[in-house]
Amino acid sequence: MPRKRYPSLGAFESKLLREALISAVLKLDLRQQAGNPVMLLVEIGGILTTISFIISLFSATARTSFFTGFVSFWLWLTVLFSNFAESVSEGRGKARAASLRQSRTSVPARKLKTESFDASSIEISSSDLRKGDLVLVKANEVIPGDGEVVKGAALVNEAAITGESAPVVRESGGDRSAVTGGTTVIANEIIIRITTDPGQTFLDRMISMVEGAERRKTPNEIALEILLIALTGVFLAVVVSTYSVSAYSAASSGRGAPASLTVLIALFVCLAPTTIAALLPAIGIAGMDRLFRLNVVALSGRAIEAAGDVNVLLLDKTGTITLGNRQAAEFLPVDNQSLDDLTEAALLSSFADDTPEGKSIIALIQEKTGIAPVSPENVTFIPFSAATRVSGAQCKDTTYLKGASDAIAKAVLERGGVIPSDLKAKVDRVASAGGTPLVVARNETILGVIFLKDILKTGIKERFADLRRIGIKTVMITGDNHLTAATIAAEAGVDDYLAEAKPDDKLKMIRDYQNEGYMVAMTGDGTNDAPALAQSDVAVAMNNGTQPAREAANIIDLDSDPTKLLDIVEIGKQILMTRGALTTFSIANDIAKYFAIIPAALIGIYPQLEVLNIMGLATPQSAILSAVIFNALVIPMLIPLALAGVKFKTMPASKLFAYNLTIFGLGGIIAPFIGIKVIDLVLAGLLHI
Amino acid sequence: MLILFLVIVTGAALPFSSFFIRVFTGDMSRGIPGHIEKTIYRFTETDPDHEDGWKGYARDLLAFNGIGFVILFILLLLQGFLPFNPENFGAFNLFTAINTATSFVTNTNWQVYSGETTASYLTQMAGFTVQNFLSSATGICIAIAVMRGITRQSTDRIGNFWVDITRCTLYILLPIAFIFALILASQGVIQNLDPYAQAIGYVPTGQQTIAMGPVASQEAIKELGTNGGGFFNANAAHPYENPTSLTNLIEVFLILLIPVTLPLVFGRMTGKMWQGWMIYTVMLVLFLGSFCTLYAAELTGNPLVKELGVSGISMEGKEVRLGLFGSSLFATSTTATSCGAVNSMHDSLTPLGGLVTLFMMLLGEVAFGGVGSGFYTMIGFVVLSVFIAGLMIGRTPEYLGKKIEVLEMRAAVIAVLVPGVLVLLLSGIALVLPNVEELMKNPGPHGLSELIYAFASMSQNNGSAFAGFDASKPFYTLIGSLAMVIGRFVPAVSMLALAGSLAQKKKVPPSSGTLPTASVTFSVWMILVILIIGALTFFPLFAMGPIAEHLTMIGGI
Repeated sequence: MPRKRYPSLGAFESKLLREALISAVLKLDLRQQAGNPVMLLVEIGGILTTISFIISLFSATARTSFFTGFVSFWLWLTVLFSNFAESVSEGRGKARAASLRQSRTSVPARKLKTESFDASSIEISSSDLRKGDLVLVKANEVIPGDGEVVKGAALVNEAAITGESAPVVRESGGDRSAVTGGTTVIANEIIIRITTDPGQTFLDRMISMVEGAERRKTPNEIALEILLIALTGVFLAVVVSTYSVSAYSAASSGRGAPASLTVLIALFVCLAPTTIAALLPAIGIAGMDRLFRLNVVALSGRAIEAAGDVNVLLLDKTGTITLGNRQAAEFLPVDNQSLDDLTEAALLSSFADDTPEGKSIIALIQEKTGIAPVSPENVTFIPFSAATRVSGAQCKDTTYLKGASDAIAKAVLERGGVIPSDLKAKVDRVASAGGTPLVVARNETILGVIFLKDILKTGIKERFADLRRIGIKTVMITGDNHLTAATIAAEAGVDDYLAEAKPDDKLKMIRDYQNEGYMVAMTGDGTNDAPALAQSDVAVAMNNGTQPAREAANIIDLDSDPTKLLDIVEIGKQILMTRGALTTFSIANDIAKYFAIIPAALIGIYPQLEVLNIMGLATPQSAILSAVIFNALVIPMLIPLALAGVKFKTMPASKLFAYNLTIFGLGGIIAPFIGIKVIDLVLAGLLHI
Repeated sequence: MLILFLVIVTGAALPFSSFFIRVFTGDMSRGIPGHIEKTIYRFTETDPDHEDGWKGYARDLLAFNGIGFVILFILLLLQGFLPFNPENFGAFNLFTAINTATSFVTNTNWQVYSGETTASYLTQMAGFTVQNFLSSATGICIAIAVMRGITRQSTDRIGNFWVDITRCTLYILLPIAFIFALILASQGVIQNLDPYAQAIGYVPTGQQTIAMGPVASQEAIKELGTNGGGFFNANAAHPYENPTSLTNLIEVFLILLIPVTLPLVFGRMTGKMWQGWMIYTVMLVLFLGSFCTLYAAELTGNPLVKELGVSGISMEGKEVRLGLFGSSLFATSTTATSCGAVNSMHDSLTPLGGLVTLFMMLLGEVAFGGVGSGFYTMIGFVVLSVFIAGLMIGRTPEYLGKKIEVLEMRAAVIAVLVPGVLVLLLSGIALVLPNVEELMKNPGPHGLSELIYAFASMSQNNGSAFAGFDASKPFYTLIGSLAMVIGRFVPAVSMLALAGSLAQKKKVPPSSGTLPTASVTFSVWMILVILIIGALTFFPLFAMGPIAEHLTMIGGI
């Protein structure tokens, strides 16, 4: 399936960047900062130092006021960088939302009185449609709202939502009845029952999620914020006590002066976890955006993070673990029947069979004989019927049948035939090898078994091994019997399987896992999946699924590709990892900043504290400025990491923890020592501060 | 020597921890003590089979300690009219009484009075000793309730406070304190109700008054319950409290016994002994680190004195009979737990040695910590460490299968950070008040250390003092009382809330995606978190206090 749907929106595309800069300035509005208390305090610090700078212009020495002004300037930059990070991450979503919004413009709708193509209709605006209304949509018209096809079938272009230009069939009944507002009917006409009120349609929800307008903080984000706010509170207390302790020390030693307001604010801003606080909103929004680039829409931020916590994945066998189609792999004659007879019967019974299985039988014969089989004459086809569960062909007075072993056995017995003694053994052999046995009969004689093999998707086994390494259990759901299911489960390397699964079994299994404390994710598309989807913690619905399935889900995959679940899990983990890594980095940075600022602030009082100036920074002013500048610059430097997320490695938690701790913990301790020293060299060398 | 000593403590703690489990599951409620227990329940109308949620547990705990405060407060004011008062001491000063009652109820045992010149024997026995038992039992109960919260699932019940405190006092504290009181008495710790003796002393003035009293009975629980309030002003440096090197070791043993046992109790309760050992190890590493630093600092002493040709080790303020090792071990143990008993003058420690005692208190007293409080504060640190570590592996953080979410974070952050912020703010306020210089005997960096030490000791419920800073003025006794109450009950109640919230959660089954919390990596991480949070919070204060003093000392300025 082609992946690329949307015009690529590089993070640093100039137009987006320009808009982000403007919005970064607009976000300086203190009311807008209220949601981010740490940055709010930094901005207040910026205001205070600015005032102090203005006062100092009239009262203090040029050197002092230059220092105050410079600190103030960098504090403002710190806030702007933080705003910019958020704007950039929002910017990409906004650009997408704008393109989605074009499809949402209100269109005329033909509201019907009754559910009939020739019922009288009135024309109203799509924005006046309400739940339960019936509308008629003809070819080349835009579907006015989310709904369900109740009558007819049509070809619909859903590119507005999925980006996929190939039209899809939407028809009443079955699993393909859901239509989305904003998509266009290309051929035929359909009657739709509207299922959502305007403002809550799929498109609306999608726009608001992509735009981040309705972004609520996730519980994990709130918990992290509590930590950040608490640390900020502690550092406020540190700064307050530093003032009074330095005032006391200066008085009692008779040297130096208490730490000035500018120094105290600089100390506070450097200690407060500004790095993570500045990037926190961007991390969440960027995660959402990464999902969207995979053509997956999460209907809440919580769903993505829950995906990171998932420890059981329920995966449908067909389409996720195996290719949708089984392929014929072998012919197994029974009871002294010849292979040629069996092959011929298989060929004749499959000519009319348009299913992928039927085609694969013919392909296998062609491969074995090397001759392209030609359709014989005088043959009438017996299509598959639900009653007999067999299909085949009638050639003069000979009937060729193929089907499941019990169905064929029944048909043969009806015709007075006998069941060969070794049939059961052969059928079981195929089943236990993970295949599906198809039995072939000519009149009342059973000739043999066709071995239909399930083909695993390439790379799926490695993927499951990765999942196991990171502690996620995979469960295969299949309608196959236990023997077949067990074999495929073993072959694919899943941890568990549910054979002969009915929708109720799925629901029960999810509940059982949840009662044991597991978080369960599943994908589904059919209406009968809806209860299980609603029950599971992370529910991914395929966009081509039914409306109930889509409503029960909290994540929609626009490509309808069930393997995406694995990507979703990864993105969920990335968001949390990025938060953890940047928090660690942010706090670890404080050590170096202390060694820069404290000796600088107190050296007037206790000259012996020069030994704490282990970086050998030039002057007290350059030391404090270097710390403030480093603190500010680290934000834009980490924006790319916040947007892309910390790379997820499939390794056990213990190793992953040690790995990230080394990079972001140890790195976070060392990096600022280097950074601050370099900035100090520049300041001292170029500006002589 | 130290290793051997710690092995003995741990060796005792191991069987003791299974005894704890039996006590708190009611397994010991048999025979005569069981009968006493039942009688107490009948008398107090307690249904031993009923359990409470965290709110009920906290309510009972606060009520119980409130009543304890009122009784002790009244006793302090009325001691002049009551028996067992051979020296005819009058009532405590009102502010001193408030401060002292708070101090003993909160397991701080900060003393703004001198025991031998202020308190009657009745006050010592029925007031201080009783609170020594009850305040330490309260701490243990909270720790046990927190353990229940972590190990239980899908319930909102974390135990019955009345049952827990009865069992803890009856089966654990009373018998052990009784045995060790006898042992200490056998070594020369006095136990009498006599009037003070008069002796013809060595002093040129002739007569000397020798204070008497029921010391041994109080001494044992004072150490066992990490209370630390001395019978005498000189505390465990007094020969009647701590006569020999042996009693010194016994007392340190008692200080460490319960704090070392609790992580092992936790290991048993969770059924994962390694989880208990992990917490034990983190505590041990912090303890050893601080002991070594302190011991090294005292051994090095003042280099300038050494240059004069005098032995450099710092013996100022230490008892020769207990020696440098005994004093260093005691000093580390008393500040690393929340005991606060002292056998040497902490004020006379070298600047770096003093910094160690100060730092150990400010870390939250978690290396092994106060009875109960050390454990539950440590759990607060575990939650913080698990939270950040959990994020770094990309999962909603969990500890022993319990998810750490908003409520847990709030509780842990409050429990861990509130006492530290209290120290910062109180020190900050005190220093800008106009009369601060007058209250300091040693203005300058050392005076600053003394002042910070005073507030740290109160906020962290330690009770030891650098002295030097006069905290007996009404303003400071009240501020101090407030600090002790906040430092004790705010973390306690928030940890109970955490227990209540965790108890309701289901356990997530462990897998290779779970962060292993009983690993070397995680232990190192926890130690770093504790040290970094402590260092970041107090670095400026240390720089202007002990560090400046140290640099001044070695610089000879």
